[in-house]
Amino acid sequence: MNYIEHTGKYFAMLKQIFRKPQKWIIFKESLFREMEDIGINSIGITAFISFFVGGVVVIQMALNLENPFIPRYLIGYATRMSLVLEFSPTLMSIILAGKVGSYITSSIGTMRVTEQIDALEVMGVNSLNYLVLPKIIASVVFYPLLVTLGIFLGIYGGMVAGVLTDLISMPDYITGLRTDLDPFHFTYSMIKTVVFAFVIATIPAYHGYYVHGGSLEVGRAGTKAVVWTSVVIIVLNYFLTQMLLS
Amino acid sequence: MIEVKNIYKGFNGVEILKDVSAVFENGKTSLIIGQSGSGKTVFLKCLLGLFETEKGIISFDGRNYAELGIKVRRKLREEIGMVFQGSALYDSLTVEQNVMFPIKMFKNSSQKEMLIRVNEVLERVNLEKSNKKYPSELSGGMKKRVAIARAIVMNPKYLFCDEPNSGLDPQTSTLIDNLIHEITVENNITTIINSHDMNSVMEIGDKIILLKDGYKVWDGTKDEVFYTDNEAVTSFVYSSNLFKKVREVYTGNIKL
Ligand SMILES: Nc1ncnc2c1ncn2[C@@H]1O[C@H](COP(=O)(O)OP(=O)(O)OP(=O)(O)O)[C@@H](O)[C@H]1O
Ligand SMILES: [Mg+2]
Repeated sequence: MNYIEHTGKYFAMLKQIFRKPQKWIIFKESLFREMEDIGINSIGITAFISFFVGGVVVIQMALNLENPFIPRYLIGYATRMSLVLEFSPTLMSIILAGKVGSYITSSIGTMRVTEQIDALEVMGVNSLNYLVLPKIIASVVFYPLLVTLGIFLGIYGGMVAGVLTDLISMPDYITGLRTDLDPFHFTYSMIKTVVFAFVIATIPAYHGYYVHGGSLEVGRAGTKAVVWTSVVIIVLNYFLTQMLLS
Repeated sequence: MIEVKNIYKGFNGVEILKDVSAVFENGKTSLIIGQSGSGKTVFLKCLLGLFETEKGIISFDGRNYAELGIKVRRKLREEIGMVFQGSALYDSLTVEQNVMFPIKMFKNSSQKEMLIRVNEVLERVNLEKSNKKYPSELSGGMKKRVAIARAIVMNPKYLFCDEPNSGLDPQTSTLIDNLIHEITVENNITTIINSHDMNSVMEIGDKIILLKDGYKVWDGTKDEVFYTDNEAVTSFVYSSNLFKKVREVYTGNIKL
């Protein structure tokens, strides 16, 4: 199959997914389960990575801005900008594509190869709607929260690193954080996050749902899903940035 | 009643089912027998609509499956119970939740009513004490029985079983066969079972269909199986020494 066919099949899949759930109680139960698997279980890694990356960003900025004519507070400003605009929404999404994407592909793919999806269809269940819609809603709702958390922890991590290493003083850092605040930057970041969350839920679902064969193929589909999700995120990031910021 | 007329099904240019026709009646247990790889599972999946046939007609009480829209198909499928060859239980749900799933999805019963029904069917398949276990904690035979419980919990009009008793000991196997037969007669449903177990043929085969290399080579009743001269039937049935002996006793060649 070529890319065009895959794209067509992907959108046909979306059409099946976005139907009214057949039973609201069942939908609600799956939604809570997915919130936990996709969202809550990703808090730890998001917090950990954001904190340390924030620290690294501050140290790098400080070491590269040795010129005495550049005010120190710009370190805080640049850290905030890079966390809000790129690091938290885009890089975290790529990391989550690896973590959550492979979970989604393998859980759906395993259901496919062990005929659990057939069993759902035979009962008269819309399996795409039942399996994928809760995952999409869970990630679209949860990831903006995760990314916001990432931004704050990154800024905090930067402050800790900067102050501990004496590269920047606390007042300078805070002045920098407050410089030229533009709320639209945060909105832009959230728009990106929601789009990426949708991609993270649906591309791996596609690869899992249409897998053929056995456990080996499920493993391969997982790898493919992560690669494609990351590629699509990077490309969309480019276009969204051009559309929203320029 | 399910009518199948001249269906064909192939994969990647290789024909697997060739010109198969059959009629399956209400209240009767029909058995599809045949060697491994003869196309039994493919046939069943064509009836279920999981595989699209290339030619031919499949109709459920006059409803031609191919002509139904996707919504009507789903409605029709609510009337179908299916036991997959590999059980296909939902891994993330317990035994109780697996069996309850179809009721929860399609009926508006209270939790208590659902539990009563679930326990009723679990009792029928002799599985009372495993409600809270997950499929990964069950033996192969137990999984089969849960799958049967899940298939009958909604009182289906059509029941399909792909080798319901493979992997079961002879006693449980007979129990399952009889259970399926009882339900079939009690509720006047149309039951189709894939099997290569001659015991099942003897126990419950109201109608037997023999598939060979994707062709239907014979059909008849369980008594006819033993008297026919059809070479495909005899070579399938009498590949087992036990049945060779039985035939010799029947035909008087051996004195007990
Ligand atoms: N999805 C598929 N794609 C391609 N070929 C298939 C597919 N499913 C089955 N086949 C082929 O169809 C033929 C019949 O397979 P089927 O599973 O129906 O056999 P069976 O009669 O059920 O055997 P068993 O008793 O071992 O279960 C086999 O040659 C198999 O390779
Ligand atoms: Mg089979």
